[in-house]
Amino acid sequence: MHMADALISPLVGGTMWAAAAGVAAYSLRKVQAEMDNRKIPLMGVAGAFIFAAQMINFSIPATGASGHLGGGLILAILLGPYAGFLAMASVLAIQALFFADGGLLAYGCNLLNLGFFTCFLAYPLLYKRIMRKGYSAKRILGASMLTAIIGLQLGAFGVVLETLFSGKTELPFSTFVLLMQPVHLAIGITEGLVTAAIVTFIWKTRPEILDRAAAGRQTGNVPLRQVLIGFALAAVLAGAVLSWFASANPDGLEWSMLETAGMTELAAPDGIHQALAGIQRQTAFLPDYGFKAGDSAENSGASRETNKGGTLQGSQEIIQGASQGTAPSESEAAWPAVSAGTSVAGLVGAGMTLGLAALIGLGISLLKKKQRPLITSVPGSGSKSLQG
Amino acid sequence: MPNISNSLYNIRVLEDLAAGKTYIHQLHPLVKLLTTVCYLTVVVSFGKYELSSLLPLLLYPVLIFALAELPLQPLLKRLLFMEPFIIGLGILNPFFERQPFALYGLELTLGWAAFLSLFIKYQLTVIAALLLIATTEMNKLAGALRLLKIPRLFILQFLLTFRYISLLMEEVVLIQRAYAMRAPRQKGIHISVWGSLTGQLLLRTYERAQQIYEAMCLRGFSGEYHMGGQSRIKIRDWTWLAGWILFLAAVRLYDLPEKLGLLLMGVVR
Repeated sequence: MHMADALISPLVGGTMWAAAAGVAAYSLRKVQAEMDNRKIPLMGVAGAFIFAAQMINFSIPATGASGHLGGGLILAILLGPYAGFLAMASVLAIQALFFADGGLLAYGCNLLNLGFFTCFLAYPLLYKRIMRKGYSAKRILGASMLTAIIGLQLGAFGVVLETLFSGKTELPFSTFVLLMQPVHLAIGITEGLVTAAIVTFIWKTRPEILDRAAAGRQTGNVPLRQVLIGFALAAVLAGAVLSWFASANPDGLEWSMLETAGMTELAAPDGIHQALAGIQRQTAFLPDYGFKAGDSAENSGASRETNKGGTLQGSQEIIQGASQGTAPSESEAAWPAVSAGTSVAGLVGAGMTLGLAALIGLGISLLKKKQRPLITSVPGSGSKSLQG
Repeated sequence: MPNISNSLYNIRVLEDLAAGKTYIHQLHPLVKLLTTVCYLTVVVSFGKYELSSLLPLLLYPVLIFALAELPLQPLLKRLLFMEPFIIGLGILNPFFERQPFALYGLELTLGWAAFLSLFIKYQLTVIAALLLIATTEMNKLAGALRLLKIPRLFILQFLLTFRYISLLMEEVVLIQRAYAMRAPRQKGIHISVWGSLTGQLLLRTYERAQQIYEAMCLRGFSGEYHMGGQSRIKIRDWTWLAGWILFLAAVRLYDLPEKLGLLLMGVVR
């Protein structure tokens, strides 16, 4: 359920980044407060363990399919929620950087979807409560299953919301939810089963590991409220700041919200659309390039309004930009009329742009080849150990 | 999820590439990180149906590939590997939006425009992130994060995780081989040994962590991680960043291909 950069808008990405950073900072403070230095390498290596364990194929009985470990829950169980969240943050960062599994701008979304819901909601509210009565194989199984399933359902729902607010795909809300939730129910069941199997094994062979993890947590037992308040504050603040910046972009949150609202049949009256559009035009500090300043913007806005009945204004602005551009002679043309002149110019320009990019690349490569000596040096392996 | 040897190979390829010595490799890691973030932000900030304005953004990966002397194949292969994901997510767009959309006189539907736009953005964002890591060593990237005031503890465990992935993956190779020899012709790990097999790996992990901790203590570890000398940000680094910000701003504000086309048509006429 790793989200890619292309699926999110800067506003959603930035807001989630801020919220994730807030949770991470809070976790760091908690971990530092309770920390014996021993836990640092354990956190690091536990993250690496998740990577390695993800490579193991578990065959699921009676289905012929195989599943993998996700990792958030086992990290929370072994390290406690704070250190577990941080270890998850490292895992996701490396997945994003080295495996293109989740984007850099979407990192905040991914960390919240995969780390926050499991470590800070499902784990303390479900797993810890159930396990308070003491360990038994059955209880471990029940607690792990429930926690993994709920955590993943929340995460999957997070993906749906973030995607919809970003407004990059046209999937209707209900379709998306119906696609995501059942798939992640199956994933959650596998996750729960594998986690329970591992925890049971550890409980039987090395119970002190679980005891130590549980003991370490006691000192860091903080009301969830604080985390949630900090989380909400960070998100609201970032959202407010970023939406000011994003007000120049037609794909900002306000547009996608309107679009989403349209999909779920909560259609806002035209008055609000127009008022918002007006506010957006006034507050935009970067004028949209499809418009001429002043009157013509109003005119072209109005003409498009009549064309499409005021739906999806944001998209129309873009279409306007794409098909008509800024050519002054075309500014009166009603959408979607396309002048042959501009479209040929656009085609030529696009071709030229790609050609130029290719030429620049090839030119530099050729120059470099000329300068380079015949014997190329082999790059060093770069795998220095941290232990030293 | 890719298999182990593939994953290990991928990490090593990227690490080897990052150890290069070209102009790009020598740029300050913080500047490279910031440029990448600006680039990603601009790419995803474009509207849902934007196509032609996105094209100039291709210049960035092309320039980095050329200047950093990176081989195309291993990086583009990574990109291809993830392709089904984005096609699966975007392909529904054409079914939901059937309003006409004109591109250079071609008749498209809005849905196809949205799909193509998403597809292009996906390629650009994924390749930009890969290019960052293919030209920046992990330790240097960690140094850049430190300059951004990311706490030491986090960076330390981030680096530890990264460093021990390959070690633990090698353990998994051993465990899986041992299992395969005792349980031939099985597709995956049987449910009866899910716990013990993965648990064994976990116990080895704990032992490894213990050894690491002892080794660190013997070398005087006191909770601090010292990055060593950080190079300073030079004028050429600032120029690189400023140049890209200017370029990105121009791409964001003007439809450059169309301007270029109009200019050219004007000249031709």
